[in-house]
Amino acid sequence: MNNCQIQWIAFLTLARKEVSRIFRIWPQTLLPPVITMSLYFTIFGQFIGSRVGDMRAVPYVQYIAPGLIMMAVINNAYMNVSSSFFGAKFSKSVEELLISPATTSVIMLGYLAGGVVRSCMIGLIVYVIALIFVHVPISHPWLMLLVVLLTSISFSLAGLFNAVFAKKFDDISIIPTFVLTPLTYLGGVFVSVHNLSPTWQLISKANPILYIVDAFRFSMLGISDINIKFAIALLIGLCAALYAMCWWLLYRGIGTRS
Amino acid sequence: MTATALEITDLYKTYPGNVSALSGINLSIQRGDFFALLGANGAGKSTTIGIIAGLVNKTSGQVSVLGDDLDRSPHLVKSHIGLVPQEFNFHPFEPVEQIIVNQAGYYGVSRKLALARCETYLKQLGLWHKRHESALKLSGGMKRRLMIARALTHEPEVLILDEPTAGVDIELRRSMWQFLQTLNADGRTIILTTHYLEEAESLCRNVAIINQGKIVENTSIANLLSRLNQQTIIFDTEKPMMEVNLPGFHYDIIDEGSIAVTIAGEQRLNTLFDLFQQQAIQIRSMRNKTNRLEELFLQRITHE
Repeated sequence: MNNCQIQWIAFLTLARKEVSRIFRIWPQTLLPPVITMSLYFTIFGQFIGSRVGDMRAVPYVQYIAPGLIMMAVINNAYMNVSSSFFGAKFSKSVEELLISPATTSVIMLGYLAGGVVRSCMIGLIVYVIALIFVHVPISHPWLMLLVVLLTSISFSLAGLFNAVFAKKFDDISIIPTFVLTPLTYLGGVFVSVHNLSPTWQLISKANPILYIVDAFRFSMLGISDINIKFAIALLIGLCAALYAMCWWLLYRGIGTRS
Repeated sequence: MTATALEITDLYKTYPGNVSALSGINLSIQRGDFFALLGANGAGKSTTIGIIAGLVNKTSGQVSVLGDDLDRSPHLVKSHIGLVPQEFNFHPFEPVEQIIVNQAGYYGVSRKLALARCETYLKQLGLWHKRHESALKLSGGMKRRLMIARALTHEPEVLILDEPTAGVDIELRRSMWQFLQTLNADGRTIILTTHYLEEAESLCRNVAIINQGKIVENTSIANLLSRLNQQTIIFDTEKPMMEVNLPGFHYDIIDEGSIAVTIAGEQRLNTLFDLFQQQAIQIRSMRNKTNRLEELFLQRITHE
């Protein structure tokens, strides 16, 4: 058996393990976003949205749907990989991988598979929930797939990066609570940047999540506040930079080997 | 095909804070050997094993396994090795079978073959009936056996066991010894660290003693034991001893039915038995006060 076959089987094994983990602990992985997003659609979409009226010429509930989907994708990609990898570090079961011939890239791709599958699945579930409340068209399906994939890969890698350095469970909840959530809320999920004051517009444009949410909104509703090509380039750059950083950390054994 | 299973040359490891764990280790272990790596806590055994297995980054030096260099071909080196670490390092909520099949997969073993091997090793180690249980529910001894089964699923040529019988009851320990002896008889090289020196004495052919990050002894068990210049033997008598006199021997009467006699290298047991005979003392049984290897080990590391 050559090394490529060994690495392929190692990847499939880790990917299968990560995906089955999602289903094994479904009350922690699949159920919470369903409840949270249903509440978002009910409160922001129905109760408040009906008073807000239209935003960028579409009903408010329709306007926030792509942002809520993206919010779920981002959070779930991040949380899946950070908690799974840190859990493996905590239980020392990560040593099963470190002593094996699986390469650094295979280990990373295995964990990414879990993050991507979970976040895409949650994205799909949230989309179905959105359809209960409002019709959400998909104007550019291929662009939508590209944005979802790049986003889930980026935030899976960001979760991995966090987990590499984490020493206790608190360390993997700090970033989602204090960085991801504020950036997502201020990233154009609930409001168009055109409706903000010039100062807030400037601040919002420094937030990478704005570009991700807006690119996704464009792929669904066909409306956008930003340059789509720039948003895709940003996502590709983010993926590449995070991949390189995570690879280097794992290759050098930072946070995993003594 | 190389005759050397493991070759370590000038291996150094310094942990952050300038803590030196290994200070230039040189070690050569032959293929098919059953080798004991002994040392007190913190001597450097686990660091050495960690470096070989890829869990610890070395500071400098060379490690090769079956002729493959750890720096140049880390994946080949890892494929040759099966590791049973000191601490439990599996996911506690995963089922036993899944832990083993996954580990095999990381080594490129197909799922079908991994399941077949899983059945073989779990049956041999008496864990087959626990295959669907989560690892958390296993007893300490079962967890140790699970780690052995897991380390064997990719059929490594070199098996490294770091304290495999720690906390395991004597009956189970003996059955694990038997299992390891069978593996060694099949041609596997086994490297064992243990605190139970009778374990090393019973199982291993060669030994290295590591102390303060250096190899202070590297020889065969037989050669090492032949260097024992004195041993203390406890004799239990048939009847209570009223009086005893053993000229030329250093002895302590433990109680009226047992006596501990220290026998120097040049002294003979026959002389001692003659003295017992002359004084009408009938010996019922005799045993070493401490394990012979233990005495040597303590002498060696205290000497250093």
